[in-house]
Amino acid sequence: MIQLIVAFAVWFIPVVPSQSDSVSSFQAFQKAATVLRHPRCINCHIPGDSPLFGSAGEVHAMRVKRGTDGGGTAVMRCETCHQETNAEVLHGPPGAKEWRLPSAKTRMAWVGLTDQQLCRAIIDSKLNGGMSRDSLTHHMETDTRVLWAWNPGLGREAPPISHWEFLFLIRTWMEKGAACAPSAK
Amino acid sequence: MIEFNVNEKREHFDDDPSTPLLWVLRDSLGLTGTKYGCGIARCGACTVHLNGAPIRSCVTPVSRVQGGSVTTIEGLSNNLSHPVQRAWLELQTPQCGYCHAGQMMTASALLTKIPNPTDADIDDAMSGNLCRCGTYHRIRTAVHRAAESARTGGKE
Repeated sequence: MIQLIVAFAVWFIPVVPSQSDSVSSFQAFQKAATVLRHPRCINCHIPGDSPLFGSAGEVHAMRVKRGTDGGGTAVMRCETCHQETNAEVLHGPPGAKEWRLPSAKTRMAWVGLTDQQLCRAIIDSKLNGGMSRDSLTHHMETDTRVLWAWNPGLGREAPPISHWEFLFLIRTWMEKGAACAPSAK
Repeated sequence: MIEFNVNEKREHFDDDPSTPLLWVLRDSLGLTGTKYGCGIARCGACTVHLNGAPIRSCVTPVSRVQGGSVTTIEGLSNNLSHPVQRAWLELQTPQCGYCHAGQMMTASALLTKIPNPTDADIDDAMSGNLCRCGTYHRIRTAVHRAAESARTGGKE
């Protein structure tokens, strides 16, 4: 009976990642961050109201604004110019389904963050719009705007690692504890 | 086959669905009021409405308008009675005029959404429509005039 109680108790003890797990978890995140900081991603994860564009991160021309829902202002909406696919003409607008910024309420701004700050901004449900780890992984696997980064259209470079490698690193980061620092402390 | 309404008339297009809407309007339907400017959605000269919202027809594949309603500058009114048309005429807003079909389509969409716009509302809506002649101040005044005209039924 005592053995049974001990077995149940052990079953319910939360798994605490080891220090080596947290190191490899955070290292995986840091590699994945090369994608998150790439212009294809960070140009829309901005703190202000004007998205960026291009590899140099210039402020979007036409005085484009985020608006409340992230889709632009009353009349100048993202879909005024952006389609569900890239315009296959040099310097034409890129496109994917639901092309827009994060909302004004949940900006998910990543510009200028350290690795640790960026990590927390993504994993902390108070900062990421209430996304669970599963929904974060799902977002990175399937969201058309994330996938677009690897199909950015004429004249734009894709992130430095493949989508497959990015997902592998994100899964590794999560499975080893989603560490946001090289030690568990 | 792609079917859609243009200025309340049923139309269809039976060719490459990636054809830009602008070519369909101008070349297939003969509606040449909408102008080609940059071809990459950066100037706004080609602006038309899709279901009441402005879009850049130069980069919009005609497949996007399947089942929708497109309005071009010819469809604002057939007798120059639209408040935007009246204001543009009264204030002689254009200079060369090339961009003004797009300007007027954006302005009319703005007034539908915001009937009494502030200067900031106008700037937010119109800043994607470029004018090489620099008629921006007259455009802003004309939008205010059109708003006033719409409120008073043209009896200002």
